[in-house]
Amino acid sequence: MGRITLEKVTKSFGEVNVIPPLDLEINDGEFVVFVGPSGCGKSTLLRLIAGLEDVTSGAISIDGTDATGLAPAQRGLAMVFQSYALYPHMSVRKNIAFPMKMAKIPEDEQKRRIDAAAKALNLTDYLDRRPGQLSGGQRQRVAIGRAIVREPQAFLFDEPLSNLDAALRVGMRLEIMELHERLATTMIYVTHDQVEAMTMADKIVVLRAGHIEQVGSPLDLYHSPRNEFVAGFIGSPKMNLIKGEAAQSHNAATIGVRPEHIAVSTTEGLWQGTISVSEHLGSDTFLHVHEHGLGDEPLTVRVGGEIPVKHGDRIWMTPDQERMHRFDKNGLRM
Amino acid sequence: MATQHSRSAARMMLAPAVILLLGWMLVPLIMTLLFSFKRYLPLRGGDLGWTGFDNYVRFVTSSAFWPSVQATLVIVLGTLLITVVFGVLLGILLNQPMWGQGVVRILVIAPFFVMPTVTALVWKNMFMDPVNGLFAHLWKFFGAAPVEWISDASLFSIVLIVSWQWLPFATLILLTAIQSLDGEQLEASEMDGAPVLKRFYYIILPHLGRAITIVILIETIFLLSIFAEIFVTTGGAFGSRTLTYLIFQRVLESQNVGLGSAGGVYAIILANIVAIFLMRIVGKNLDA
Ligand SMILES: Nc1ncnc2c1ncn2[C@@H]1O[C@H](COP(=O)(O)OP(=O)(O)OP(=O)(O)O)[C@@H](O)[C@H]1O
Ligand SMILES: [Mg+2]
Repeated sequence: MGRITLEKVTKSFGEVNVIPPLDLEINDGEFVVFVGPSGCGKSTLLRLIAGLEDVTSGAISIDGTDATGLAPAQRGLAMVFQSYALYPHMSVRKNIAFPMKMAKIPEDEQKRRIDAAAKALNLTDYLDRRPGQLSGGQRQRVAIGRAIVREPQAFLFDEPLSNLDAALRVGMRLEIMELHERLATTMIYVTHDQVEAMTMADKIVVLRAGHIEQVGSPLDLYHSPRNEFVAGFIGSPKMNLIKGEAAQSHNAATIGVRPEHIAVSTTEGLWQGTISVSEHLGSDTFLHVHEHGLGDEPLTVRVGGEIPVKHGDRIWMTPDQERMHRFDKNGLRM
Repeated sequence: MATQHSRSAARMMLAPAVILLLGWMLVPLIMTLLFSFKRYLPLRGGDLGWTGFDNYVRFVTSSAFWPSVQATLVIVLGTLLITVVFGVLLGILLNQPMWGQGVVRILVIAPFFVMPTVTALVWKNMFMDPVNGLFAHLWKFFGAAPVEWISDASLFSIVLIVSWQWLPFATLILLTAIQSLDGEQLEASEMDGAPVLKRFYYIILPHLGRAITIVILIETIFLLSIFAEIFVTTGGAFGSRTLTYLIFQRVLESQNVGLGSAGGVYAIILANIVAIFLMRIVGKNLDA
């Protein structure tokens, strides 16, 4: 169905090489999330798969057949854009019908699929409106509806939720996950959002400057990041990366401790520091600690629930040795 | 803040301009209306008194009236067709990234800055002259007999000249409209399986709808009153007499101010009908 393989794919824009040779295997029915810092080539990679950009070299195959030279429409993929890219002069119904009209699907079948999609996406009451008369979330659902009715081999999403407010984003995230459960179609999803990546993905692909740094399940990446970059990128708040003496005592160039793996005490512990900022979220408290003698970067510590500390307090911190990550001087996991 | 005081002050300040403009417009309008009910022949007795609707009846029943309406329609519609179709094509072309884009864009816009009289003279003498014109040479090169453009294809020639003049305007407006089209929409339609022509028909053309309406509206207003292009080329002969030109002939060549004024009033009514009609289309388009 929707197995996508990239073999030694590269992409250059003129002189600039954006994607160095890259191999990637996406299995049928998988939910794959691309994450990485801004400008690392996530969108470019997605557009290469979609066929909106030509690869400079290498091959893309879909379901075992070579798709490198195929036009976007012939690849059987559907894409949901960040700006939704709805056709403003067409009603919602016509927008959703457009790909079917282009594929010359019979009218009654079109109608059946539109009704089914509208029902699944709660759009039944809006079918005769124009996109301009819809809210952001509704537009997003129309864009997804337009993708669903084509019954594609795979869905491609480029930061589809980044224009929505926080509450809607949570709702749409659940809807997309539910959709994936129901359709069991391959989905490739680009995001900046840690939570989206961790909760939605079967497989996360971490990119940096076009390179794949690591591929794995969310918990794989969380528990055993392959290098410092992945360690720092996955997880929120970021992992504390400590160099120097403290690291050498563990025979490593750098040690990494996640904020949630540090125990805090006001009386005893391994490291001592001064609280600069404490963020009280109710369920958690994040402490940013300075003057800890472990380098210039502040340490971030997560404490469950409320803890009665404030700016300027001295506290003791003890890292959980079991969950400490050690990296050599090349930044690779030891 | 729009207080009572500031509003009346604003009115005072505006008054001179408004009064001047109103006078500018109203005096000729009222004089035209007055003359149109008079028998007024400056060289043959001057003001010969009121005649009621005589001039109006004579203007429309003259054998030159309907041909002139027809000529007007042919020139306006022909020019609109050519400028809109080629404007869209040129707009799309100029929107493609290419070498020397800036220079090409300026060159394309250049004809708009040439005076109508000059344009018409250049076309008449440089291109359409049956002996020395470029077209004549071209025809002769292929062994054909040169076309007598001005006399044998007078309306077509005028449409050609006027189109050349107005194409830059249409191109400019349509180019900016094309530039404002969201690239992701085109990509989405590409993914949805629309080939180039369907993308043009379903995405680009609807997007241009508003700009095309505006081009049609503005051009119509100006094309209804073209004069120099006809005066310089055919001088109204060979069936190229438009309504505007007919009015000019009645007043200046026949020295019949009353009759010409009646024609002028018809032209005002016609222009207003067109304007109302187009405003409604534009209004509808702008709402959507
Ligand atoms: N058409 C283009 N021409 C030249 N360079 C481009 C083009 N498109 C993208 N790039 C470059 O390629 C790199 C990757 O861009 P891309 O849009 O894939 O990043 P991204 O990972 O999606 O970033 P973001 O998270 O900000 O969306 C960037 O450095 C960008 O400047
Ligand atoms: Mg991007």
